[in-house]
Amino acid sequence: MFRKQECVAMLLAGGQGSRLYALTRRIAKPAVPYGGKYRIIDFPLSNCVNSGIETVGVLTQYQPLELNDYIGSGQPWDLDRMDAGVHVLPPYQRNQGADWYKGTANAIYQNIDFIQRYDPEYVLVLSGDHIYKMDYSDMLAYHKEKGADCTIAVLDVPKEEASRFGILNTNPDGSIYEFDEKPAVPKSTLASMGIYIFTWEKLRKYLIADEEDSTSQNDFGKNVLPAMLNAGEQMFAWRFDGYWKDVGTIDSLWEANMDLLDPNVPLDLADPTWKIYSRNPGMPPQYLSATSQVQNSSITEGCAIHGKVESSVIFAGVTIEEGAEIVQSILMPGSVVRKGAKVQYAILAEDVEVGEDAVVGEAPEEIDDLSRWGVAVVASGVKVGKGGKVLAKSMIEADVKDGEEVSANA
Amino acid sequence: MRNYSALGLIFANMHDESFRDGTAVRSMGSLPFGGRYRLIDFPLSAMVNAGITKVGVITKSNYQSLMDHLGSGKAWDLSRKNEGLYFLPPRSSDDAMYQGRIGSLVDVIPFLNHSKEELVILADCHMVTSMDYDALIKAHVDSGADVTMVCRHGAVPKLADIPVLTMDASCHVTDLLLGRIADQTAYYGTGVYVMRKDWLLRTITEAAARNLYHFERDILQRRLDELKICGYVASSLVMPIYSTESYFNANLALLEDEVRSQLFPHHRPVYTKLKDCDPVQYGLHAEVTNCLVGDGAHVDGKVKNSIIFRGVKISRHAQLENCVVMQNVTVGDHCKLSNIIVDKNVAIRGGVTLQGSESYPVYIAKNSIV
Repeated sequence: MFRKQECVAMLLAGGQGSRLYALTRRIAKPAVPYGGKYRIIDFPLSNCVNSGIETVGVLTQYQPLELNDYIGSGQPWDLDRMDAGVHVLPPYQRNQGADWYKGTANAIYQNIDFIQRYDPEYVLVLSGDHIYKMDYSDMLAYHKEKGADCTIAVLDVPKEEASRFGILNTNPDGSIYEFDEKPAVPKSTLASMGIYIFTWEKLRKYLIADEEDSTSQNDFGKNVLPAMLNAGEQMFAWRFDGYWKDVGTIDSLWEANMDLLDPNVPLDLADPTWKIYSRNPGMPPQYLSATSQVQNSSITEGCAIHGKVESSVIFAGVTIEEGAEIVQSILMPGSVVRKGAKVQYAILAEDVEVGEDAVVGEAPEEIDDLSRWGVAVVASGVKVGKGGKVLAKSMIEADVKDGEEVSANA
Repeated sequence: MRNYSALGLIFANMHDESFRDGTAVRSMGSLPFGGRYRLIDFPLSAMVNAGITKVGVITKSNYQSLMDHLGSGKAWDLSRKNEGLYFLPPRSSDDAMYQGRIGSLVDVIPFLNHSKEELVILADCHMVTSMDYDALIKAHVDSGADVTMVCRHGAVPKLADIPVLTMDASCHVTDLLLGRIADQTAYYGTGVYVMRKDWLLRTITEAAARNLYHFERDILQRRLDELKICGYVASSLVMPIYSTESYFNANLALLEDEVRSQLFPHHRPVYTKLKDCDPVQYGLHAEVTNCLVGDGAHVDGKVKNSIIFRGVKISRHAQLENCVVMQNVTVGDHCKLSNIIVDKNVAIRGGVTLQGSESYPVYIAKNSIV
């Protein structure tokens, strides 16, 4: 017997995040490290707990090992509960055969039994791609108030950026009359955030119908939501006005980390009333030596800093030796930067070693042709040899030899 | 797999009286240390790292903060279906029962009786070390001693009744004095003992029946000739805490690479209660050199040679040197602090100047507003 839950959350965490290239070679996008000690999935999970949602299904598919280990029993998010809590839901084999999750809607369809055992009124569908703090209970209250069948969270985006998003066109009462996917000439600036609340009874009906339609791609945005709208279901847009960032590309991931260093960006990870929980590394406090110079940076436990760090986000257990310099960069757990090396405008994935006097990344002001500039990325476990040079926009997945220079086109 | 089974007992209140500034509101075991730890984390982690899965924590008084810190024992991997962490507060309010170590042990006889482990390791919290208890227990088993006591060679700490040992070449204790004699350098006991559980049960029951309650005096010293007592010289760093000054120095010693590498060995982690702090934020005006900083701290001032605990906020233009600043302290603008220990949750308002001296640090009590 499972206790009835008013609302169950389903978190779509199977995506590869292919535009993060080297960073998601071995891990799913929701497991990508962010902000010094978090992973992207910490945000929707913590939002659920803080919003009073006790049951979360995490749908995994691509490279699930690290994500599964990370979620574990759910204890770090207080989601190790007697019958509620977090459940990892990979695709599975049934007596009629086995399927991968074909699309976002199919992933939920395949887990109808999981949802059904909690007999919920509502289902919240989330993705593991965004950095934001949101009280889903406010959105649910709106959904109930409107008597909606589906409520979609929307963000008011600048007019010039609207054509990059899925835009919702709404009536004055907030009801949706049209979906406009990446419109050339947007009629509104309300972009879908990929956060949906459905009345479960309705959603179940549409998921079953969608599955029976062999022409469907089994995707919420492309199939299920348009089907609901065409059938005249009550669909509403709920406006969110806090910080929200899609971290689907190298540049946006880098920017979202840099946002943490900007006091004007409204994303406060220290707010005790809305904590973001994570699996803590449990290392000794960080040590800043007599030769260290650290400004405008965020640094996590277990680090030993002997060099200069400016406007950077440093994850747990990183070592920066004397004379090394880190500027506008993100160093993921366990990386080592040797004496005299320089890392600028770069992302170093886990356990990267940058050899003595090596240089990773370039500052935009030192480049004449700005089209050549971009954040340099070094994949996890890669060694950059002594005096090696990694130019802007490079994506390094193999070791760089001593003195070797690698550019973006290599 | 280990070929012995051992049970741990930690005395959380032992030596409280030696450092009243720090233990006025808490037990010795829950005294904050090193930016994120409490003293009990060291013996508790050492036990866990030696494969011990059953640990009793004996408390006498002032143990709310300790209970809060330990919780279910999850952070030490001691929240277990089988065995785990046991909190052992006094069984009755009869003060006569809690005389010395033996009194406390007599009080936990049912716990000992219910345990199937053959060996018991006893530890106090006042000596900070990450020594290898596995090697210690093996040495005890190999020596065939009745009691093995961990000792350290050096200047004997100013603690009442500290055991001072003389040993022969095979580490057999041949003489045992209690208390320090002038500025003496010698082998002294660190409050860590290993023995058979059945031997301990028999011995404490007998001692209590004779109204003898001082473990070191009434058992070890009195029966020195009849028992085989061996000393085990700790090879790794041990930092005794027995006064405000020694507490201050032990914290600041963590700024030395060698001390940190001995206290936080990679293969024997020190566990502690986890908090969901954000990473340390260094502001545009931060100038931080030779410091140990716990997560959740926000630093925008000038900080030198200091230990900064989790959640401390240091404003712009504040200057700190040689300070130990505990959890959730706030230091306002233009403050100048040197040689100060600031206990938890203290608020130091802007513009305050406070100065202690290296040999006489000033202690600011918990929850004060300066």
